Amino acid sequence: MSAPTELLNVQIDGVWYQFKKGTRVIEACAQAGKFIPHYCYHPKLSSPGNCRMCLIEMGMPKTGPDRKPELGADGKPVISWIPRPQISCAQDITEGMGVRTDSSLVRECRHGVMEFLLINHPLDCPICDQAGECHLQEYSVEYGTAGSRFLEEKVKKPKRVELGPRVTLDDERCILCSRCIRFMKEIAHDDVLGFASRGSHTYLTAHPGKRLDSNYSLNTVDICPVGALTSTDFRFKMRVWFLKETKSICTSCATGCNTIVGSRENVIYRQTPRENDAVNSAWMCDYGRLNIHYVNSPDRLKFPQVREAQGLANVSWKTALAKAGEELKQFQRNSVAVVASAKMTNEELWLTKKLIDSLGTVYHDVVPRAGQADQLLMSADRNPNTLGAQLFGITSEYPGSKLREMTEKIASGEIRAVVALGEDLTQIGLAESDLKKLTALIVVGILPNETTRNASVLLPACAFSEKRGTMINIKGRLQRLNHATLAPGEARDDWEIIRDLLQQLTGSNGIYLIDDVFKEIAETIPEMTGLSFGRIGDHGVQLVEESEDAQPVAMTV
Amino acid sequence: MAYTISRPKLNFAEKVYLPAIITGLGITIRHFINIVTGKTKVTMQYPEEKWDKKLPPYYRGAPTLVKDEYGRERCVACQLCEFICPPRAITIHAGEIPEKDRWRKVEKFPKEFEIDMIRCIYCGLCEEVCPEQAIFLRKDYAITGLTRQEMVHNKEKLYELGGVMTGLVYKWNDKK
Ligand code: SF4
Ligand code: SF4
Ligand code: SF4
Ligand code: SF4
Repeated sequence: MSAPTELLNVQIDGVWYQFKKGTRVIEACAQAGKFIPHYCYHPKLSSPGNCRMCLIEMGMPKTGPDRKPELGADGKPVISWIPRPQISCAQDITEGMGVRTDSSLVRECRHGVMEFLLINHPLDCPICDQAGECHLQEYSVEYGTAGSRFLEEKVKKPKRVELGPRVTLDDERCILCSRCIRFMKEIAHDDVLGFASRGSHTYLTAHPGKRLDSNYSLNTVDICPVGALTSTDFRFKMRVWFLKETKSICTSCATGCNTIVGSRENVIYRQTPRENDAVNSAWMCDYGRLNIHYVNSPDRLKFPQVREAQGLANVSWKTALAKAGEELKQFQRNSVAVVASAKMTNEELWLTKKLIDSLGTVYHDVVPRAGQADQLLMSADRNPNTLGAQLFGITSEYPGSKLREMTEKIASGEIRAVVALGEDLTQIGLAESDLKKLTALIVVGILPNETTRNASVLLPACAFSEKRGTMINIKGRLQRLNHATLAPGEARDDWEIIRDLLQQLTGSNGIYLIDDVFKEIAETIPEMTGLSFGRIGDHGVQLVEESEDAQPVAMTV
Repeated sequence: MAYTISRPKLNFAEKVYLPAIITGLGITIRHFINIVTGKTKVTMQYPEEKWDKKLPPYYRGAPTLVKDEYGRERCVACQLCEFICPPRAITIHAGEIPEKDRWRKVEKFPKEFEIDMIRCIYCGLCEEVCPEQAIFLRKDYAITGLTRQEMVHNKEKLYELGGVMTGLVYKWNDKK
C-alpha cells in the first residue's frame, strides 16, 4: 500500500477545506460545491489553459520575516492575494492557498471572456445541433450580457466542412478551445487536427492531406463545448431537449462501453458514451455508437408467425408457442440443436440453458463474431456477452467449436429440429436447402433473414434498447441494459419467449418477472451471490478479478 | 379588529322599492321597442354575415407559416414551437438545404411541418417563441374539416394560409 495521501488546507470563498495533494484548483472548487465555468479544461485531457473562462482570484499564505506563514486571529494563515486573476484549470492546490470564485474581479473577468468569445460568434442557435447542451449558451445566460457592443462585421469562416466521414465542422462556431485536437493527439493517438491562421481568423482544420476518420472521431463531437463539431449521422435529426436519456451499455463488442441512449417516441436518435473509469473512461468507438439504426428498421419482425401450406402466416402468440412446443416434443434428445447467441443477456442465456437441459441435447453453442481489436476500446470479440454464455454453460471455452459438428449433422439430416435464438444459420455455413430439410425450425429474431424466412415458427423479439437485462463484459464486469424504447408490433422480450418455450416442455415454472430470473441466477451461480438489478447499479460490478492479460487494453485514463 | 361599516340612510321611496322597479321596467320596455322597431341590433346572422372586418389587430386565429418578400421560407425547423406548444399540436421533420441552393447559408429547413388543428388551442405561444419570425397566428378562425386527417395542416397548407409577410428581420442576408 502506498502512503496515505497528504491532505492540504485550502480556503475557498472564505471557508477552509481539505483536499488531497495533487488536486487541481478547479476540481477542488467543484468538490467544495463551487462550479467554475470552463471550456478548454477536460478532466481526461491535458490543460492548455487557453480559454481563460476559469479565471479566479488566488492567494498564497503570507510569510513573516521568519519565513513562517503569518497566522490570523482565527489561527489560520493570512492570505496575500495575487493582484491579477489566475486560471484554475492548470494548477494544483498548495498548502494554505486561498481562492475566490465569486469576487467582483472574477465576475468581471468572466463577463469579459464571454464578450470576446461572442464577438464573432454567429447567430446560429436555431439551426445548431448543440443548442440545448451548449456551454456557450449556458454561460452566456449565466455570465454574459444580453446585447452585443460589437458593431463591425463578423469574421466569416468555413461552414459545413466535412472533417471526416462522420464529423461535420462549423468553424464560425468554434471557440478554439483545442479539446478536439488534444483528444485526437492524447487519447486516439491520431494527430490530425490543428489550428490554422492567426488572431480572429484562426480556424480549426485537419492537417493537409489528413482526414478525421479515426474510429474514435465522434468523441470530439461529445467534448466540443459548442456546436462546431457535430455528428453527421445525428445532424438535424432531433433537437437534444426532446431526447429521453436512458443509461445503457453498448452491445457491439465485448468491452461493453457505458452509454446513454437518446430516444424520442420510440425512435433512437443517438448513443453517447457515459463515464465509467472501470470500462471506457469517457469515450466509445464510432462503430458501436452508430450501430443503433437497425433498431428502428421498418423491416423489424412484428408478429408471431407459423408455417402453413402457403407460407408463414401471422398468428397469436398462444398459437405460435403451442406449435413450437408441439414440434419440440416430437424429437429425441440429440435430434434437436440449439443455436444461441452471445448477444443475449444473462437472463436469456440462463433460461436457454434450462431449455437445453429439458430438451436433453448435447448440441448447443453460440456463434462467435471475431473482429480486429484495437489498442483502445474495441475488443476482438464482437459479441457483448461471451463470458455470460460460458458462465451458464451454453458454450465452452472455445465459443463456436461445436458449430461444425452441428452443421454437419443438420446437413446430413441427423439433427431434424433447430432452435435458433437471434442468429442466422446461413452465417454458420448452412445453405438454405439445409434449412428446408429441417422438420422444425423455431426462430427467435428481430430482423428478417434466410433463417427467419425458413422458420416453422417465428417469434419476434426485442432489440438491445427494448429490454432490461445484464451482460458480462470481457473483463468480467456485470453490467445492466435498460429499457429505452418499446418493441414494434407484438414483439416480446426474449426472456419471456424462452420462458414460454420452456413452459411448453416443463409446465409452469413460476417465473413472471425478469427480476425473478435474476434472483434464481444469483441463488445458483456463486459469482453472482447476493446481487440484484439494483445492486449492479449504473456502473456495474466486477465479478472476477481483472486479469492482466485480459484484452482490450483499457484506454489511458 | 372589528370595523364598523356605515350604511347609507334610505328614505321612504327607496325603502319600498317600487320607484326603482318602475324605472327598471321602463329601461326594459325602451330596449324592447328599439329592437322591435329595428333601432338596435345585437345578433349577427353568422355565417351569412361575417365579422371579419371587426376583428381587432391582435386577434389570434389559426397559426400559419409565412415566407418573406424574397420568397424564402422563414422557418429553419428549430423545433422551439414544437417544444412550447402546450397541447403538442406541432410535429416537425427537419431537413438539410442542399449546398447549391440560394439559401444554403441557412442549412436547415422543415421537410414537413404539421399542425394538428384539432389540438391547437390558439394560444399564440408558437408565434411568441419563434426566433425566426416564421410562424404567425393569422385571422382565419373557421377551420373545419370532415376527417381528422383534414384537420392536420401540413406545410403546404400552412404556407397557403400564411402567405407573404414583409418588414421582418433579415438575419440570414449574405452580409450578416
Ligand atoms: S455553438 Fe452554442 S451558442 Fe453557438 S450557435 Fe451553437 S448553440 Fe448557439
Ligand atoms: S471544434 Fe470544438 S472542441 Fe475543437 S477547438 Fe473548436 S470549440 Fe474546441
Ligand atoms: S397556437 Fe398554441 S396550441 Fe396552437 S400551435 Fe401554436 S403553440 Fe400550439
Ligand atoms: S416556426 Fe419558428 S419556432 Fe417553429 S420551427 Fe420554425 S423557426 Fe422554429
